[in-house]
Amino acid sequence: MPMNAQKSVLGTLGSRAWITTVWAVTIFFVINLLALIATVMTSSFGTRWLGTWLPAGWTVNWYASAWEEFQLGDLLTTTFEVVFAVVFLAGLIGIPAAYALARREFTGKRIVMLLFLLPLLVPPVTYGIPLATVLYKTGLGGTMSGVILANLVPALPFVILVMVPFVEQIDPRVEDAARVFGANTFRLFVHVLLPLLLPGALAALLLVLVRTIAMFELTFLTAGPDSQTLVVALYYAVFAAGVRAIQSIDAMAVVYMLTTLVWLLVALRFVNPTQMVTRAKRP
Amino acid sequence: MSDTARNHHLPLKMRLSAAGFDGVTLLVLPAILLLVGFFVYPFFYGLWLSFHPKDGSVFGNYKTFFSDPFLYETISKTLWLSIPVTILNMATAVPIALRVRLMKNQRLLTTILVLPITLGTVLVAEGMLNYLGPQGWFNRTLITFGLISAPLKLVHNYTGVFLSLVITGFPFTFLLVLSYLTGIDPTLEKAAATLGAGPISRFRHILLPLLVPGLAVTFCLGFVQAFSVFPSAVLLGAPSGPTRVITIAAYEAAFEQYDYSLASAIAMIMGVVLLAIIGAVLAARSLFYRGPAGGGKG
Repeated sequence: MPMNAQKSVLGTLGSRAWITTVWAVTIFFVINLLALIATVMTSSFGTRWLGTWLPAGWTVNWYASAWEEFQLGDLLTTTFEVVFAVVFLAGLIGIPAAYALARREFTGKRIVMLLFLLPLLVPPVTYGIPLATVLYKTGLGGTMSGVILANLVPALPFVILVMVPFVEQIDPRVEDAARVFGANTFRLFVHVLLPLLLPGALAALLLVLVRTIAMFELTFLTAGPDSQTLVVALYYAVFAAGVRAIQSIDAMAVVYMLTTLVWLLVALRFVNPTQMVTRAKRP
Repeated sequence: MSDTARNHHLPLKMRLSAAGFDGVTLLVLPAILLLVGFFVYPFFYGLWLSFHPKDGSVFGNYKTFFSDPFLYETISKTLWLSIPVTILNMATAVPIALRVRLMKNQRLLTTILVLPITLGTVLVAEGMLNYLGPQGWFNRTLITFGLISAPLKLVHNYTGVFLSLVITGFPFTFLLVLSYLTGIDPTLEKAAATLGAGPISRFRHILLPLLVPGLAVTFCLGFVQAFSVFPSAVLLGAPSGPTRVITIAAYEAAFEQYDYSLASAIAMIMGVVLLAIIGAVLAARSLFYRGPAGGGKG
């Protein structure tokens, strides 16, 4: 009996230690992550920050200088033109495609599904280099259209793969009922399908929006000087660090963070954070 | 009369609809055309281009790559970075996900962890340069607590890229594992507990076998991300030394030497290495249990 009691005490201690370690690692990670983001923010508001815990003084002037130096106004315009074009086209082409894939069984469907899965599995740099080569050959390289087309390659399959299970869970008898009551295709679409598809479509398109703002590799490989997005300009600024004040780059990084996080917050109202990585709709 | 012969007498429209093609199916066509034009065609064009190097010989690019240590060593350097990072991320994500799964309110933690994924590698690299630099808060804290006497060198080397891959890769791995874990029916574990299985044997005999397929997929996706590291290898690493990864070699060939043929060859080599590793992982996976992760009387 005492042997058993001892064993269970040891067991409890062991599992306590295990749980504590797991939480310690998690908390350590989260603290470092938040401190990393806080460093960028603090630096962008500091006057001079050398060898101390906090900057010597506080200022907002870096934002004005970053706005001018990096032409943030133009960059933001380009970024949103690219992102909204990608979101619009991915929705326009992707949602009907997802509808067709969810409702019809046809020969070669497995190959089509594989075609939509591959751009999400192959890393962007791998297909981005041949894609950039083709775009530069056809004169689309370095233009806004080229950047939009390149970003559609992962965005369109993403919309399709999120939307297919969503369409599948809509009962097809709802559509049949509308037909029976004499709705033509247009009315069926506007009054029945659109309202039913809207929640899923909204979630899918918001996820595409957030992903496209942060999509570095494809834009980097295909953009020219006039078609750069914010994240690519940030890369060049950090790459050439030393040319500009570090606080100015940090101010630009904060502007980038805000544009991304605003949309992330909007997206998180409709989707679960795990959906950012799993691409599958969970009940 | 056989079926095929009878089908020949039917109008084309009916024969098509028998194979599942009608007006609705056509809606998928624009998406297929776009991906064929901008994903499939560039791939085959790149493959063709890689066999047509500047010097005219068929395998010239591949010979160049495998005879120049500055080029072929990028494969081992990339693997030396991506495999340890992926294993570390998996090894920490699984125990943490097992704990978090029992929490009622996971939303705050998952929201914080989705931040680095959303912000992307460029911003993480920018923040790390400050935070982990010799004057940054991290080194400063360690010195204050007397753990070290001189700042650790954490950026512009292997460690910097490794840590950046942990910061973006761990949350990605964690969220994927968590979503797989929540898909496993909790009653299975309860049944095992009722029958007297302790936590370790419950994990070993119930959860792990059900989780293996998900872990294999997670490993592959995490590895693909780490293998294709680019911005942080340049910004946080030593891009001409220990962190000269394969993407840097491909980028330099394309946009600094304007040798698209060599760049395509490097991209193809990247694809082959990725496929080899993923193939090995998925083959190993098939040695484990395959079946439904749900309970009940399916």
